[in-house]
Amino acid sequence: MSLWPKTAYAHLMSTGFGPFYDGVIHLIMSPDDLLGVFALSLLAGLAGALHGRSVLFSLTAAWLIGGLIGLQLYQEISLPLLNTLSFLMVGILVALDRKLPLWLVNCLSIIIGLFHGFFNGSAMSDAGGGILALLGIATGVFVIVTISAAFVISLRLTWMRAAVRVAGSWIAAIGLLLLGWTFRGGLSF
Amino acid sequence: MTLLRKFRSLVRRMLFSAILFLPTTVFAHVGSGDAGGFLTGMQHPISGFDHVLAMVAVGLWGAQLGAPALWLLPVAFPMTMAFGGMFGLLGLPLPGVEVGIAVSAIVLGIMVFREMQPALWVSLAIVAFFAIFHGHAHGTELPPGQSGILYSMGFVMATGCLHGVGIAIGLVHRWEAGRLVLRGAGAVVLAAGLFFLWGAIA
Repeated sequence: MSLWPKTAYAHLMSTGFGPFYDGVIHLIMSPDDLLGVFALSLLAGLAGALHGRSVLFSLTAAWLIGGLIGLQLYQEISLPLLNTLSFLMVGILVALDRKLPLWLVNCLSIIIGLFHGFFNGSAMSDAGGGILALLGIATGVFVIVTISAAFVISLRLTWMRAAVRVAGSWIAAIGLLLLGWTFRGGLSF
Repeated sequence: MTLLRKFRSLVRRMLFSAILFLPTTVFAHVGSGDAGGFLTGMQHPISGFDHVLAMVAVGLWGAQLGAPALWLLPVAFPMTMAFGGMFGLLGLPLPGVEVGIAVSAIVLGIMVFREMQPALWVSLAIVAFFAIFHGHAHGTELPPGQSGILYSMGFVMATGCLHGVGIAIGLVHRWEAGRLVLRGAGAVVLAAGLFFLWGAIA
């Protein structure tokens, strides 16, 4: 096989795979989405491996489904307040470190995934990104949850779990400040 | 390894870590847009010496109190500070903000200087109460036109890092000489707080 080199297609324009990476970058460059994913990963990780595995698939699937619905709109819809409330709430739950039942964590991830996915999908449709961009976003969500939740699950020392709770409190604090900003006179995302 | 060598090693590591955060040349795009918002947010908590002293003092006190206060205080302060910031952003008045900030340095300085160890809920209440004043002051000073979320992220992270600096310094309390150093730091915070109070009411 190594004797049969084919041309390396370096440019995404020719492969048509550009929108996929647009989707991945969109997630990384959207702090409100990123904070929500990260907070849910921390919550699931603190609860254990079963919760982590469950959120990994429920959040990704819900995000994808929400995105597919949003894609049908062909017009961007955005509700920053909802995004803020989502990671504010999850940040508080992480700070409290209450082990929630599996069904509740899944409900939370599905609801958050549906809403965030819907807003992403509507933004992608408005920008002409399409389903490939959505797949890129979903892949980004999957990877972030995998890494973050797995890292938290692997923590054994008490002070490390405390550090995760501190991170959750920071996420909640960001949400509180952003709430004030929202009602002050609009956002400039 | 002797205690003195351990202490020197710790100081060297702390200095090295601090120096890592000093260079400002490699900022690709600053002054506008999202990078400006995050950096502006990070700069705000360190823009006032009174704020810096109080946040570091929270870390010092947490280190003296030990777990669970060690990490609960850095949870309580940013969250209640964010509450205060929210009220400031909403335009809700809070009387005597500057006096409250000065008194926070005085009270926290006393706590560290006297190595006081009240009940956990008392220490949390003290920290949370004063954090509201700090947050409100920041909230009323936030500049328009920045990216709200990036500003908030930079702001909260800078606050948390200042607590971390205080905790890192506070770890010296394991040694007898370190405890004296901490008490001295508490005295400095107390003196500075009195100076700020004089400035606030004069």
